[in-house]
Amino acid sequence: MSAPNKSYDPVEVEALKPEEVERARDEAVAAFAAAGTLDELKQAKVAHTGDRSALSLANREIGALPPQAKAAAGKLIGQARGAVNKALAKRQVELEAERDARVLVEEAVDVTLPYDRTPRGARHPLTTLAERIEDTFVAMGYEVAEGPEVEAEWLNFDALNLGEDHPARSMQDTFFVQAPDGSADSGVVLRTQTSPVQARTLLDREPPVYVVCPGRVYRTDELDATHTPVFRQVEGLAVDEGITFADLKGTIELLVSKLIGDGLELRWRPSYFPFTEPSAEIDLQCFVCRGESVGNPDRPCRTCSSEGWIELGGCGVVNPRVLVACGVDPSRYSGFAFGLGLERILMNRHNVADMRDMVEGDVRFTLPFGMEI
Amino acid sequence: MRVPLSWLREYVDLPAGETGRDVAARLVRAGLEVETVEQLNADLKGPLVVGQVLSIEELSGFKKPIRHCFVNVGDANGTGEPQEIVCGATNFAVGDKVVVVLPGAVLPGPFPIAARQTYGQTSAGMICSARELGMGDDHNGIIVLESHHEPGTDAIELLQLVDEVLDIAVTPDRGYCLSMRGVAREAAAAYGLPLADPALLDVPPANSYGYPVKVADPVGCDRFVARTVTGVNPAAQSPIWLQRRLQKSGIRPISLTVDITNYVMLEVGQPLHAYDRNRVDGPIQVRRAQDGETITTLDGVQRKLAAEDLVICDNTGPIGIAGVMGGASTEILDAAAGPGTTEVIIEAAHFEAVTVARAAKRHKLPSEASKRFERGVDPEAARAAAQRAVDLLVLIAGGTAEAGVTDIAAPHPLRTIAIDADLPDRVAGTEYGRETVTRRLQEVGCTVAGADIAGADILQVTPPTWRPDLTDPYDLAEEVIRLEGYDNVPARMPTVPPGRGLTEAQRFHRRTGVALAGAGYVEVNNYPFVGEAALDALGFEKDDERRRTVKLVNPLSDEEPALRTTLLPGLLGALRRNIGRGNTDLAIFETGTVFLPKEELKVAPRLPVDRRPTAEQLASLDAALPDQPRRVAVALAGERLPSGWWGKGAGAGWADAVEAARTVARAAGVELTVRQVQRAPWHPGRCAELLVGERVVGYAGELHPRVIKALHLPERTSAMELDLDLLVADGTQRVSGPAVSSYPVATQDVALIVDSAVPAAEVEAALRDGAGELLEAIRLFDVFTGEQAGEGKKSLAYTLRFRATDRTLTADEASAARETAVAAATARTGAVLRGA
Repeated sequence: MSAPNKSYDPVEVEALKPEEVERARDEAVAAFAAAGTLDELKQAKVAHTGDRSALSLANREIGALPPQAKAAAGKLIGQARGAVNKALAKRQVELEAERDARVLVEEAVDVTLPYDRTPRGARHPLTTLAERIEDTFVAMGYEVAEGPEVEAEWLNFDALNLGEDHPARSMQDTFFVQAPDGSADSGVVLRTQTSPVQARTLLDREPPVYVVCPGRVYRTDELDATHTPVFRQVEGLAVDEGITFADLKGTIELLVSKLIGDGLELRWRPSYFPFTEPSAEIDLQCFVCRGESVGNPDRPCRTCSSEGWIELGGCGVVNPRVLVACGVDPSRYSGFAFGLGLERILMNRHNVADMRDMVEGDVRFTLPFGMEI
Repeated sequence: MRVPLSWLREYVDLPAGETGRDVAARLVRAGLEVETVEQLNADLKGPLVVGQVLSIEELSGFKKPIRHCFVNVGDANGTGEPQEIVCGATNFAVGDKVVVVLPGAVLPGPFPIAARQTYGQTSAGMICSARELGMGDDHNGIIVLESHHEPGTDAIELLQLVDEVLDIAVTPDRGYCLSMRGVAREAAAAYGLPLADPALLDVPPANSYGYPVKVADPVGCDRFVARTVTGVNPAAQSPIWLQRRLQKSGIRPISLTVDITNYVMLEVGQPLHAYDRNRVDGPIQVRRAQDGETITTLDGVQRKLAAEDLVICDNTGPIGIAGVMGGASTEILDAAAGPGTTEVIIEAAHFEAVTVARAAKRHKLPSEASKRFERGVDPEAARAAAQRAVDLLVLIAGGTAEAGVTDIAAPHPLRTIAIDADLPDRVAGTEYGRETVTRRLQEVGCTVAGADIAGADILQVTPPTWRPDLTDPYDLAEEVIRLEGYDNVPARMPTVPPGRGLTEAQRFHRRTGVALAGAGYVEVNNYPFVGEAALDALGFEKDDERRRTVKLVNPLSDEEPALRTTLLPGLLGALRRNIGRGNTDLAIFETGTVFLPKEELKVAPRLPVDRRPTAEQLASLDAALPDQPRRVAVALAGERLPSGWWGKGAGAGWADAVEAARTVARAAGVELTVRQVQRAPWHPGRCAELLVGERVVGYAGELHPRVIKALHLPERTSAMELDLDLLVADGTQRVSGPAVSSYPVATQDVALIVDSAVPAAEVEAALRDGAGELLEAIRLFDVFTGEQAGEGKKSLAYTLRFRATDRTLTADEASAARETAVAAATARTGAVLRGA
């Protein structure tokens, strides 16, 4: 309980008259409404709610009133100040919204401006094509094997059933490495195929073996639109009990469907490779003309030279002699192998007309392929 | 092997409507690589007829001789009247039979024929040359036919002008398909039709009065058949049919006797050689050459023989390199050049494949004969081939066959192969059954006998003599599977056991590419060939280890005979190529192997193939190979960050090259440290040695101005090269998750003055060590030199961020840590606090 107030002002001040309170309230509300900017509102706020404002002064006078008058005056002034603060807050929100809208408009930019400040890079499509093929096989359970590009002749030829005088040995135009005495009898070549990795893998581990081997290979061709002396292959090898030609067919068909898509016919053409028997060349129906250019001079097809087919690569059942040379028992194990030329697949899959573009390193060729193909 | 369809039909009765493409498709599925099907004169349209020249009026007053002729073309012109034709050739006379094309016809080209006025006369047609009829490039004037042809006869048929020719690339195992006989056999099997074998001939048995032949080397020559024909008319021409078949097969007609030997070779696959008997001195001998012996071959080249060469000799010495090329001294002579050859010795021999292959390679003389011997010729075809040649010489050259038959044969045991009747099934993964297997092997020419050995169903198969490639059961299985059709083998997936996925190294190689491409580098692939010039341009000293290269015996270019020891020559070449094409702001990278010869150079042995080599033997192979580490390199030129509406850009420089190395190191999960060094081809003051721990893994920086000038590169071109194998070896540690503190950070700046020569990396390391474990991060935010720093000094300004894991640091704690950091820097690098 507070003590009775003895020090009240016996004279009722003007400001506490109800009509004065109402006037002060109305003036304040009108001033806020009239404020056109946040600065004007701030001035009006000081004038009408500051320490020297009428309502503040009146509020201070309440303490001087006789106790019986305090409650009524308090209520009167409280209501007036509530209305004023409400009007102020309302106007404050309105003016801020107006300001924000104006500033954001002023800050607008042309978002269509080009921005090439961050240099763009890309991976070579032959790299990412090899990875895509690897991934297809890794998903099946295969592993990725690698081998050296400068390779022993024994691994590149002999172990693959290509003896010294084998006609196929001269089919492949081989780069020979100089021996220490300067002669050609180093027993070392630039590998002409990724197949020596087959032999290395079989020498290295026990069956079952399921590997793919991507890599660069070398032949003494001159560079032109469809040949390059340094090119890439992906070799595949499966050696296990009971592997057959049928397994090879299923595997290649799956790869083609993953890599190129469904709906194109595959042609299996008997061929000859010393390291496989039976051997086959795999042709893919031309995806451009679908064979309709064959014998049809009115509709020539550049992609397949109007032959209707595109060569994908060679394959076959591993020749048991290769297994023997690598210490694998051919009476227990059999296998299949395939080799695909990546440049040719890239040409076909991505409409690359000239192989030189893959070789010369012009960034304009590589950039559109991005990080993956 | 070029196979005219009309000729093929002589041995296999193919369905009448079957086109060249149809036949090609069947042969392709049986394993013959038919490269093209050529349509000969598909657009040729008659009338094209035999004509007889009735009169010739030589017109004068023109630049060249012009003849105004009347030619009897029978009723072919509809009137029976002589045809008036103007002709520019002069190699025919009144009475000659020629080939006339009449108005309305279309010659290959297409070239429509119509009556026209020329040289003041009417010319209603043309007298044709061989070239105009698509019969080859021979344009010795117009064709003069033998006199027995009737005027008005259709010449399209007579000259067999319309045909289809299959061009087949014969694989090395299929030597027999370098003959009509072999291709016909495949066609017969593909169509299920009987084969009329041209080598089935009646041949008289050998006797003792044939031309004397002595074979001193029965290994190199296991068969030698010799026949003699006398009374050959040296002036006789090859008949049209023979010329045409040779032409279509891609062989130019030469003279009747030579044409016949070529024809028989094409027909049965047996290379023949014809000698002028009167120029052969004494008995024929087959032996290895002696050192110093020489021979002038048919092509007029004198060749030095090697002791390994197998030669045919007479008393004067070598008269032929066996299976490769005959000698000039016993060559058949044309009647045109004097008395022609009238007495002929026909040689049909069988030479060892390897001997012929090596001789052809040694003398760089790949011939039609050597091509066949290398791939294997049917030794049993020799007698029939000789007989066929004799028959043709008698029939069309007016010769008389002598009764003597020389036939020297080393015993040729027949190989019999035992094959499980179900082996083809097991190889293919399907079921053919015994009956199919037997039938298919018989179609190939094998004799097949069944046998039940110890309960196993075994076939005893004897391959035909023309298939030396069939040597083991798998060869036979392949024959069955290919003839049954690869298309008919089902597709199945093997059950692959779970794999390990990509190795750490493989995953790292991928991340390297992704990281660099993400940092704005474009991947290129360059050839690994380099030459002295490239190494000189990089400024390598004479004794630089990168000049020790692996060299090629047969490089593509003599300018680039070696393999790269650094990726930079190729990469900088690609950079320049791009700049030459107007691509100015460049950042490119390459990953690939370099080739570093081992200290001790060795030769890789040729190991046996009949068993697994020993571990030592395999090690001896690897010991002969160079080290082939995998590297990554980048090169930059122009602007690294382009200028634009956002403000100024930044030129590519040494720091970008170093950062590229850090980018790769981060992909490997290792921390690189950097040391200032001097090394070619980099700028001596702007080259960073890159280390992981104490191991040097690469270099980066700006290229030496001399290198830039020598290679015509833009100023400030920068590059980096890093050994990826060394990074992988180090980058296999597993990261421990850091405890992330949520207490507030206390940041303090410090500016230090050090000697200009002090590397910033050392100052930072000292600050790090001195600050202790409260230091969360340190960042150099300013470097400057100049008056304020003092002469020979530089100022390095760092922000140090301190944070504790368990409490809020007080300002005193942070300051204390900063002071110990500065103290360490002062102690180790002589750093002085700026303003102190």
